[in-house]
Amino acid sequence: MARAVTTRTKAINTAVAWTVALVIFFPILYTLITSLKTEAEAIAGFDLIPSFTFESYVAVQTQNDYFKPFMNSVILALGSTLLALIVAIPAAWAMAFSPTKRTKDILMWMLSTKMMPAVAVLVPIYLIFLRTGLMDTRIGLTVMLMLINLPIVIWMLYTYFREIPGEILEAARMDGASLWNEILYILTPMAVPGIASTMLLNIILAWNESFWTIQLTTTNAAPLTAFIASFSSPQGLFWAKLSAASTLAIAPILIMGWFSQKQLVRGLTFGAVK
Amino acid sequence: MATRQTQSLATLMRAPAIILLLIWMVVPLGMTLYFSFLNYNLLNPANTSWAGWFNYRYFYTDPAFFESIWNTLVLVLGVLLITVVGGIAIALLIDQPMFGQGMVRILVISPFFVMPPVAALVWKNMIMSPSYGVFADIAHFLGVAPVDWFAQYPLFSIIVIVAWQWLPFATLILLTSLQSLDGEQKEAAEMDGAGVVSRFIYLTLPHMARAITVVILIQTIFLLGVYAEILVTTNGGPGYSSTNLVFLIYRAARLNFDIGGGAAGGIIAVVLANIVAIFLMRAVGKNLD
Repeated sequence: MARAVTTRTKAINTAVAWTVALVIFFPILYTLITSLKTEAEAIAGFDLIPSFTFESYVAVQTQNDYFKPFMNSVILALGSTLLALIVAIPAAWAMAFSPTKRTKDILMWMLSTKMMPAVAVLVPIYLIFLRTGLMDTRIGLTVMLMLINLPIVIWMLYTYFREIPGEILEAARMDGASLWNEILYILTPMAVPGIASTMLLNIILAWNESFWTIQLTTTNAAPLTAFIASFSSPQGLFWAKLSAASTLAIAPILIMGWFSQKQLVRGLTFGAVK
Repeated sequence: MATRQTQSLATLMRAPAIILLLIWMVVPLGMTLYFSFLNYNLLNPANTSWAGWFNYRYFYTDPAFFESIWNTLVLVLGVLLITVVGGIAIALLIDQPMFGQGMVRILVISPFFVMPPVAALVWKNMIMSPSYGVFADIAHFLGVAPVDWFAQYPLFSIIVIVAWQWLPFATLILLTSLQSLDGEQKEAAEMDGAGVVSRFIYLTLPHMARAITVVILIQTIFLLGVYAEILVTTNGGPGYSSTNLVFLIYRAARLNFDIGGGAAGGIIAVVLANIVAIFLMRAVGKNLD
């Protein structure tokens, strides 16, 4: 039986929790507010009421061709996720439904590749990209992002697939379902939620990846991470513009993130915390 | 279910992923190892020669190396301390009954989804700038001189930014663990007369122990790789005061074109990361059985 909570306690909890939450959220909120200010207002001191101008949003597009890095981010995030799924779904499937003695070892080994620090292979990857003409290309970066996230994708799919009960398959086989029907009508519907969750998390990770995207691009393939990082130079002092660019860069992923809290816990802890 | 046919099909399905990851792991690391024994500078590639242990000795005798190792440790431990302690506190807070709990949760986890360059530049300019930042405004309001955070406390400033990014992760994981705590156990402890503090120490904390371990280990892996936050704020400076190992290697390889030196640094980074990884694999491995 749940204990009755007094309204007073609840009110105090609410006040404290909202204060903490708003302090943590403040830099994001202030970025949004500043993006709606003029440049003069942006450095005029603390003010939570902007003049609601959209001139900064117009300026990042007309002066910096914002659409290009934005589309690069979209292509890289979706492309690398799709590639990873194509490789990972069969592998996770096989390990979940036809495990062998070595399956556990293979999974642990895959996880260990994620432990390799990116900077350890900066030199060879950089040289390979230079020599093969992959430098500053979307295709090169898509493959890179696919490789670095592949272990997480396989792991996550594996933990989801393992929850599909094997008895259902046996029942279907007894009823004479062919392998194809089994996959299409029984396994796929049960696997879709897990695949969708994995996709969501991987898009978030790929969108925000900020080491390789900065190292391996200059202009053509530069996604938002590299584009925003270039604002650190002195010309980046235009804060309203920086805020507008930042707001657009984080908004889509922030909204996706709000819907994927559970998947995040599961994916990033490799199933250790559910 | 495991007939010979399904087994060979399974092998075929596993193969692409295993082969890809095998190549991804062996080829670049092998190249790094090879380069680390070469005198190889991109500015003068014709003069490439065998260097033996020179690059390692060079790295090892460079004072910047120890400074960067120290900075890496301070950065990782500083962020861990803030996020774990803060994460436990906020998780306990959000777990209480209140109005608008879902919204509070959403606000708290949001910083995790902000890409590192945005997080760092927003903090650097709009929050911590000594002339126009919010902290400076607060200082003016209180009548004290504003602090030039990135000039005076460069590493601490970066710790604050990175901690802000990772606090949501710690909170979310710890909250998930907290919510799986059996309510009846709590009530039983309460009826036996256990106070708030002893309930926390003897019941809640042990229950969260596993989640705390996971948070520490996973964050460590990511925190050892902090790069963009440094690049857009201090660029490793002043001097080497906010250069971590990643940034030192980046400087050697990309700014000094020293392929051999960058590779030797990379191998050292692998050794460090492996020490951490061994612990993580053990913790996660238990969950597989």
